[in-house]
Amino acid sequence: MAKDNDSTNPRPVVRFLTDKTIEKIVSEAREILCRLGVEINNDEILSMLHDHGATVDRKKSLVLFKDGIIDRALKTTPRSFKLYDVLGNQTHDFSGYGVHFTPGSAALNILDGVTQQIRKPVTADYVKYAMIVSQLRNIASQSTAFIPADVHERISDSYRLYLSLLYCEKPVVTGAFTIEAVGVMKELQLAVRGSEEKLAQQPLTVFSCCPTSPLKWSDVTSQNVVDCARASIPVEFISMPLSGFMAPVTLIGTLIQHTAETLSGIVISQLVNPGAPILYGGSPAIFDIRYETTPMGAIGTQMIDCAYNEVGKYLGMPTQAYISLSDAKQLDAQAGLESSMGATLAALAGINNISGPGMLDFESCQSLEKLVLDNEICGMVLRLVEGIQPKEDFPSLPRFEELLAEKHLLISEHTQKYLKEELCLPGPVIDRANRTRWQEEGGLTLLERANREIDKLMGSYVPSRLSGSVQADLRKIMLREAHACGMTNLPDISI
Amino acid sequence: MKGSDMGILEDISSALQRGNGKDVGKLVEEALAGRREPKEILDNGLIAGMNVIGQKYKDHEIFLPEVLLAAKAMYAGMDILKPLFLSGKMPTLGRVVIGTVQGDIHDIGKNLVCIMLRGAGFEVIDLGKDVAPKKFVDTAVNEGARVIGMSALLTTTMPVMKNVVELLKKDGLQSKIKTIIGGAPVSDEFARHIGADAYGYDSMQAVERIKRFFSEA
Repeated sequence: MAKDNDSTNPRPVVRFLTDKTIEKIVSEAREILCRLGVEINNDEILSMLHDHGATVDRKKSLVLFKDGIIDRALKTTPRSFKLYDVLGNQTHDFSGYGVHFTPGSAALNILDGVTQQIRKPVTADYVKYAMIVSQLRNIASQSTAFIPADVHERISDSYRLYLSLLYCEKPVVTGAFTIEAVGVMKELQLAVRGSEEKLAQQPLTVFSCCPTSPLKWSDVTSQNVVDCARASIPVEFISMPLSGFMAPVTLIGTLIQHTAETLSGIVISQLVNPGAPILYGGSPAIFDIRYETTPMGAIGTQMIDCAYNEVGKYLGMPTQAYISLSDAKQLDAQAGLESSMGATLAALAGINNISGPGMLDFESCQSLEKLVLDNEICGMVLRLVEGIQPKEDFPSLPRFEELLAEKHLLISEHTQKYLKEELCLPGPVIDRANRTRWQEEGGLTLLERANREIDKLMGSYVPSRLSGSVQADLRKIMLREAHACGMTNLPDISI
Repeated sequence: MKGSDMGILEDISSALQRGNGKDVGKLVEEALAGRREPKEILDNGLIAGMNVIGQKYKDHEIFLPEVLLAAKAMYAGMDILKPLFLSGKMPTLGRVVIGTVQGDIHDIGKNLVCIMLRGAGFEVIDLGKDVAPKKFVDTAVNEGARVIGMSALLTTTMPVMKNVVELLKKDGLQSKIKTIIGGAPVSDEFARHIGADAYGYDSMQAVERIKRFFSEA
């Protein structure tokens, strides 16, 4: 029998759109950009677009795009890029169908692990979060997951990045709340990388930049796009159309709007710096007319995410989505099902940067307990997309001869070689004991197991290997910013 | 692999924990050449290593294949020691009769328990599957075994376990021969209900329970 170990089975993929539909969506989006235009509340960008041939109505801050500048932007947008940790090791390759998970970001609240009540997070919560993320093997990057409330709001964005860079080596998905903050956050990154060139060669962060639906850019977010592009800091565009409210009710209609809003951001970025790295991202949602909410766990929301990722791929860009998260208020079955469904669909669709783990309550609340559960979901999903590949399975006769002779294959060489990569064994947050063993080991609930895992991770944390002098530089920058907004010192970091 | 004479028992234990039978064999030879007593090598090297493995498995630090590899490495050491004991028989932690009960031919779990028991240093008389109650009891009496282990997968064969317990009771053997049951449909509660002395929810727990029988004796 011939050996067949070289054959590779297809990676499992989910698709919602045909190429023809995508072409129609893109064509409609371009028509909207050129005929209805986009409101951009930023004079510098209006001038730049005008200089490149767009029609600009300064009174209305309205820009009518031209096919030529859209085509140019699409040509210069990188098809892929990589991310590197604080030590300069490559951690991400945003290309093809490769997927990476990152925690949901910028929550206003944290679900307290002890009281299970929401509260405003503080520095100690953030440090604990960074220490945990540093050890979650299925979560490839940090995000600035929530906003510490014990610093002045003017530095609450850069302060998150500062803590992340100190306590976790993984790259950071982040964002700025003001125009000035991008400068500070760039300075923090330069302290780590050493030079502008090095930072451009080895990106350390991805900045989320959000247009406002429908078809608008604020001064701050559009300027953030410009400043990141100038420094070759990767940007993920987070267009947020709401089906049936601030966007057409149909998923295709929402996709057309998402495409138009995202393309407008891409044009700005590429005109500033052709080749600046971007992720074709978003956080659209259906609008729940019963509760006036924007459910991230809704199947419609997740379908839009997967579908705009197909548009991004069609245009040749790496992609991102806020998808593996839940609208539940606590760590319950809804939290698990919505996050799992989203993570599974996102990975099957090949969304390159999947945002969401840890997040509850419409992107407003991070839960460390959910984060460690989601880490297990991500592990299962990462295994799923590896698909089924032959691993010394052909010819099979020798294996079965061994099985019949030995009565089991528990310690066969084949088992030892492939056990860990073939069978995905989650950590203790996922209960797989038989009932008696589960009872004897305390009969722990999911929340209790998650809490126990967090305690274990806090005990096994290894401090970042970022050099002491760089850490000192980071502190100096942050302290200067804290002083500038009237704080005498930074919060005590001891946990 | 290099073991000083003083630490050689620890080296044997470590090699066993790594599942390296080759190293275990070499180190046992080395320990014997250094005038270590076979019993000392067995207790403080091989069995000590298996005890560590058992605990690590319980604590989810290692998984079944690692346990079995360690057990295999233990046999490599035991094969060398066996001829050196006076009777030519290896001292064991005890003798256990085990089988799948009458009417049931599902023996995967039972086989796993056999592997684990042998790895832990027990002598196991495996009666196989479809074993009649009388055969369990007769074998235990004739072989001087102090434990009978019974396995079942079918709810329809579970009552056979009770028959074995009652047979022991009838013959006045219940205090001398302990019973342990296992298998998917049985439970701690069922064990108590039929008067069995213990229930093991998995192979490692079965070993623990059986060890407890011997330490209580």
